[in-house]
Amino acid sequence: MNEAVPSYLSPTGQEIVFLLLGAVAVGSALLVVTTKQLVHAALWLVVSFGALAGCYLVLTAEFVAWVQVLIYVGAVVALLLFGIMLTRAPIGRSPGLDSGNRVVAAIVAVATAAVLVTVVIDGFRTAYADLTPGRGTAGELGSSIFRNWVLPFEALSVLLLAALVGAIVLSRTDIRGR
Amino acid sequence: MHIVYPAVVSALLFSIGVYGVLARRNTILVLMSVELMLNAVNLNLVAFDVWLRDRLHGGQVLTLFVIVIAAAEVGIGLAIVLAVYRTRRTVDLDSLTTLTDPPGYPTTEEADDPQGPTPTPQAARKPPPTDAPSQTGQAPPQRGGSEALTERDGGDAPNPGDPGEATIQGGADGTTIHGGGATGTRGASRSGRPTP
Repeated sequence: MNEAVPSYLSPTGQEIVFLLLGAVAVGSALLVVTTKQLVHAALWLVVSFGALAGCYLVLTAEFVAWVQVLIYVGAVVALLLFGIMLTRAPIGRSPGLDSGNRVVAAIVAVATAAVLVTVVIDGFRTAYADLTPGRGTAGELGSSIFRNWVLPFEALSVLLLAALVGAIVLSRTDIRGR
Repeated sequence: MHIVYPAVVSALLFSIGVYGVLARRNTILVLMSVELMLNAVNLNLVAFDVWLRDRLHGGQVLTLFVIVIAAAEVGIGLAIVLAVYRTRRTVDLDSLTTLTDPPGYPTTEEADDPQGPTPTPQAARKPPPTDAPSQTGQAPPQRGGSEALTERDGGDAPNPGDPGEATIQGGADGTTIHGGGATGTRGASRSGRPTP
């Protein structure tokens, strides 16, 4: 896999597009964790997830990209917005969103990023993948799921059912403790 | 495509998520940061699936599974957050301090609850010996406390000698003993809250 690795100095068009989308994703993720407005954090999360879906598309994982758009951008962010609304969070700038250990958190995050990035660059400097389209289509993934991954799939559907029942029980007020 | 690019992007996203989890106070923002970390893992999975040309499509299938689990996690997490909000009137992580050590409690109580009767130190110091029973029986006393709160909503001025007040003080250790930063938001939101 590491024979004839192309140079880093002559990026292909796919790499340029991927890096731009990755920059958008990382930048909007930074805004998610630093913005002063709760609703804006949810909306920047939409931008970040959308850029990540674009990254998946560039990596030829198209079905994952559409599932990302459907579930993350559609469902999860809508759920988070519902949560913001139902907890009566202040709309507009609210100063108390960051806790007192911001500096420590920043130090830990920078240390994590440094360690991960150095290790990853050191380990996968020579890794190169040829992008051939068609490996992540719905048909390929569907046959893979229902041939090789049936048992995890079924277990996951039971887990999802249990989670939904649990969420309903937790959020209903007329079900007493015992 | 060089595998370093998606790997570096996902490492950066993961550490941004770490920062968000550690630095944010609002519970929903913490949930958002957890989502960022899960997405970083998903990007890694997809990139390495493309690199290794897995015949079983393990990386992409696992990405789909992670997405489903993240959806379930957000559902459960928001239900828990809403339950906490119903009982405590706040989702501020710094003021949800029921599980901290008891000796700090009397001082914060006296500082934050000037008009109510000061709780007896015995009541505040009660939790450590009966720790396990109070954990298991947490829900009913708190519910009693919140009912007492709603009863206080009906009346206009809380009387210090009121039986309802006594219920609050004696009934729930957890309800009365959380940090006083919440009392402001409690009072503010209680006035606009429709009584159930």
